[in-house]
Amino acid sequence: MADQTLPIPGSVTATPSRDAALLEWLHSWVVTVDHKRLGILYVVYAIFFLLVAGAEALAMRIQLAIPNNHFLSPELYNEFFTMHGTTMVFLVGMTFIFGFGNYLVPLMIGARDMAFPRLNAFSFWMTAFGGVLLYFSFIGGFGLYGMGAAPDVSWWAYAPLTAKAFSPGHNTDYWALSLIVMGFGTLGAAINTLATAFSMRCRGMTLFRMPLFVWLMVVTSGLTLITITPLTAAQIMLTIDRYLGGHFFDTQAGGSATVWMHFFWIFGHPEVYVLILPAFGIASEVIPVFSRKAIFGYPVMVAASVGIAFVSVSVWAHHMFTIGMTSVSNSFFVLSTMMVGIPTGIKIFNWIATMWGGKIRFATPMLFATGFLFQFLIAGLTGIMLSVAPWDWQLHNSYFVIAHFHYTLTGSFVFCIFAAIYYWYPKVTGRMLCENLGKWHFWLFLVGFHLTFDTMHFVGILGMPRSIYTYEADRGWGTLNMIISAGGLIQGIAVLIFAWNLIHSYLHGKQAGNDPWDAWTLEWSTPSPPPAYNFADDPVVRSRRPLWDIKHPNDPDWKYEQ
Amino acid sequence: MSAIQNSMPIFADENWRLPSRGRVGMFALIIGESAIFTIFVIAYVYYIGRSTYGPTPQILDIPIFNTVCLLSSSLTIWLAEHAIERGRMRAFAAWWALTMALGVIFLVGTAQEWTRLIVHEGLTIRTNLFGTTFYSLVGLHATHVVVGLVMLSLVMIFTLLGRVEQRHAERIQVLSLYWHFVDAVWVVVFTVVYIVGR
Amino acid sequence: MHDAFAWDRRRTFFPGLRWFSLTGTWRIMQPGRNLSSSRSRLCSVFLLSLGALPALAEGAQSTPSILAPASTPAHEIYGLSLFVLLITGSIFAVVAGLLAYVIVKFRARGPDAEHEPPQIYGSTQVELAWTVIPVLIVVVLFLTTARIIFAIQDAPEPKSALEVTVIGHQFWWEFRYPKLNIVTANELHIPASTREAPEPTYLHLLSADVDHSFWVPQLAGKTDLIPNHPNEMWLDPSTPGLYVGQCAQFCGIEHAKMLIRVYVDTPQQFDAWVRNQQRLGVDDSTVAAGRQVFESQACVNCHTIVGTPAHGTFGPDLTHLMSRATIAAGAAANTPENLRAWIHDPGTFKPGALMPAMQLTDQQTDEVVAYLATLH
Repeated sequence: MADQTLPIPGSVTATPSRDAALLEWLHSWVVTVDHKRLGILYVVYAIFFLLVAGAEALAMRIQLAIPNNHFLSPELYNEFFTMHGTTMVFLVGMTFIFGFGNYLVPLMIGARDMAFPRLNAFSFWMTAFGGVLLYFSFIGGFGLYGMGAAPDVSWWAYAPLTAKAFSPGHNTDYWALSLIVMGFGTLGAAINTLATAFSMRCRGMTLFRMPLFVWLMVVTSGLTLITITPLTAAQIMLTIDRYLGGHFFDTQAGGSATVWMHFFWIFGHPEVYVLILPAFGIASEVIPVFSRKAIFGYPVMVAASVGIAFVSVSVWAHHMFTIGMTSVSNSFFVLSTMMVGIPTGIKIFNWIATMWGGKIRFATPMLFATGFLFQFLIAGLTGIMLSVAPWDWQLHNSYFVIAHFHYTLTGSFVFCIFAAIYYWYPKVTGRMLCENLGKWHFWLFLVGFHLTFDTMHFVGILGMPRSIYTYEADRGWGTLNMIISAGGLIQGIAVLIFAWNLIHSYLHGKQAGNDPWDAWTLEWSTPSPPPAYNFADDPVVRSRRPLWDIKHPNDPDWKYEQ
Repeated sequence: MSAIQNSMPIFADENWRLPSRGRVGMFALIIGESAIFTIFVIAYVYYIGRSTYGPTPQILDIPIFNTVCLLSSSLTIWLAEHAIERGRMRAFAAWWALTMALGVIFLVGTAQEWTRLIVHEGLTIRTNLFGTTFYSLVGLHATHVVVGLVMLSLVMIFTLLGRVEQRHAERIQVLSLYWHFVDAVWVVVFTVVYIVGR
Repeated sequence: MHDAFAWDRRRTFFPGLRWFSLTGTWRIMQPGRNLSSSRSRLCSVFLLSLGALPALAEGAQSTPSILAPASTPAHEIYGLSLFVLLITGSIFAVVAGLLAYVIVKFRARGPDAEHEPPQIYGSTQVELAWTVIPVLIVVVLFLTTARIIFAIQDAPEPKSALEVTVIGHQFWWEFRYPKLNIVTANELHIPASTREAPEPTYLHLLSADVDHSFWVPQLAGKTDLIPNHPNEMWLDPSTPGLYVGQCAQFCGIEHAKMLIRVYVDTPQQFDAWVRNQQRLGVDDSTVAAGRQVFESQACVNCHTIVGTPAHGTFGPDLTHLMSRATIAAGAAANTPENLRAWIHDPGTFKPGALMPAMQLTDQQTDEVVAYLATLH
């Protein structure tokens, strides 16, 4: 039926041919321009690649569990760690954020769809095909060492290792070209989000009445415009070097290896903020609802988010403290990096203040949101440690850095994604996820996460560098690596439980109704799942929490908001 | 508690104006494209004088005529916008065609310049660092001109078929924004390559 | 009931309005649990776990821990890191403590969970407080950090310094002592530097191919080796011993096996080593057959043995090969068996190393190994 975005499980459709109906259903997904369907496609794509990249990580952890292991050859290990990073950032991180953005932004602002539905579809399919191109590399070429031609130059692909002279195979090309393709998709999604948020809000929804998730998607999209594009430019330069004989990064002809580093990190650092800002938005939706309180300091949260985006473009060279910049340059980047910690810290305080005085219900979304708060605090503090350049001269490219960024990406970003899935799955499918399985998922993942990434800090302090396929037995890193690998296995089990929960609840979950969490933003006023047109009548709002106003007519928000 | 109760205006009845999505989208695209160009310009500027061998920027001739043509096309496209806003479709078509012609002249001039450089001066993208950065930056700009001309010609075709009307003025303005952006980028590229770099 | 909270249900904190509300709202909160005991417990566990790490011993150890500094740059970094740890640890204790408190104290309980709690939208005073305090912390941290940056990076090179040029290759280290006319590989010998007789070592870092990074944690922070971008760093270890490290910038397939051994020698040991390295390659006539093989095969294209026609620079200098404890940049111990296996097929220890399998017959290999084994 036109109203359903998803088929009703178990319904009897009296069609003449099951195959024809299935084909038509699949076809409808391929040609869809509905933001909800595209959002689901993005998120399903992301979950699939989360499992793939997770498997790559587990393979690496088996290789590193004992010294001088022979589970993975050096070449395969190098391909795995490059692909793990590239996949997680682009095929999992970016797809999750634009998936949630796509699904939720129009619903939260009372719109019927995104501003440019066809651009939306184009963006998704570009991203999807970019991912296919990237993974085709495993089988598409015999490669130099007989291990396929997957990218093996690390996800930051420093020059001149990526020059034709040092990487004669096609590995680097798969990396550059697939990311250029995905970059177009990302650009389209960012343009679309901005146009939607500025031009499609329902009556009464001023910019300062938008839900914080929408604000964070706006800030993220603006940041994306100037973040992804430097990477695209640098990769075009790399491709010109490799195929047209260019000299951008040819150190023998006057080119510079450090120029690549600057260009890559001008992309690379704001990129991690592109990933984490929507996670902040998710936290800003989940925490208030489960604390039963409005978000503390909404205008400050908006200002802090914009502040983070602005400052984040000035910190990139903290990834380059060891390349021999002058002491003045190093000091500048120390200062800018420390400064970006200030608005970030303010956000943490505001979330805690939201919980303060509340009546907190620890359903699974809130468990993950609370885990996020704890882990993001630690991530921020290890970030401050890394911003201290002399200390970074020791910690750079060690397992301490890996621990730090997994705290921000797994411990913060992924935890928020899990929170988001548990929170909005009822809206998307009409079914509740099983709370019991959710709690198993949370606690197992928490234990595995901390076992792995807490330990990783220490093995880095003991001098273990990153990007190594094995290590000497007499360095004293063996036991710690074994613990790290064990934690990885536990996380893997937790994620499998999660995947099972998704499937099982889709078929047998409790009916959710419109508003299972007693929440306050517009998406909860629609049926679950929402009809294709979202809202039967265009909503009109008078405050940041339109549903609170409806539920508390004697005490609406607009009497108190300023 | 009730003192501040009624200070919030109710928007349901008043004017609810939002910016046009086409304009917002085009501005966003322009910001993204500007970032790409910025990176190429930074590379160009940083690498000035760093080629360890080969031809130097002294072999470049300043493309004054080309530049005048391209920048004038901004004026003509603005006049075209002006015409369509007022429903003067004949004038619109004429100014639009002139804009395209000026863009084509620019590309032809670029082709001539490149032919001279490649054949007579021996400068290609692989010759040296200067060749790489020059052709990349100027070529990136030329690519955007080509894309712009493709869009302009689509509009030209629809106009000649009589499908373009006064009510499409806003869309024409959004497209013109892109063309103005391409011209603005040329101002920067021209300054960096032919003035500062030489 | 609905009205039970009516008087304090809404407080809107903005400048000039409702000053009393701040105290009013604070009043209805229960006094917090005493956190100081759990906080101090947290601190002691933290410090204990740090102490449990193999650290804080003087001198070289097999675990290259940054907590066991043995040279001034490493010491400076270590001191700074303790200060930073103190600050970040305190922040953690406070904020995590608040979070823990909030989770326990404000859980929804029983029938009380039916009513919505008082809605609080914000507070400018509070926001200001928790902005100003972090700014002050940042100022302190930045100034402390900047001082150490300048102290380490801009330290002037004294005349008594030993100069070594380090050239990074895929996947080995070349060490040249220009003033002493010595070229060696993978194992760096430097003199101990004491306060009475300071002799720091200044490393001039270059690369022959891709990016590398020189990291010996006990001696200094790492510095990258980037082609066409020379870098400098310095060390002044005071305790003799063997300090280990490895390449810390991904440089290709065998990045993991580009290990570093730094021998900090007493002045006597260092002088003896220098004198040995300055000699010509040993010319033992009993292994002339092996030397013949070496000089007639492609070995000479890549390797140098001073005093012979071998002048290749693509691979390590082998003049004093037997003065080194390992081969292939630490990938294997320097024994005749390992040498034999390496020459026969470098992939035994380092698949992807740039040295090709030499396709020698067994007899040729034996002879070459016998020859190399004399190069002390």
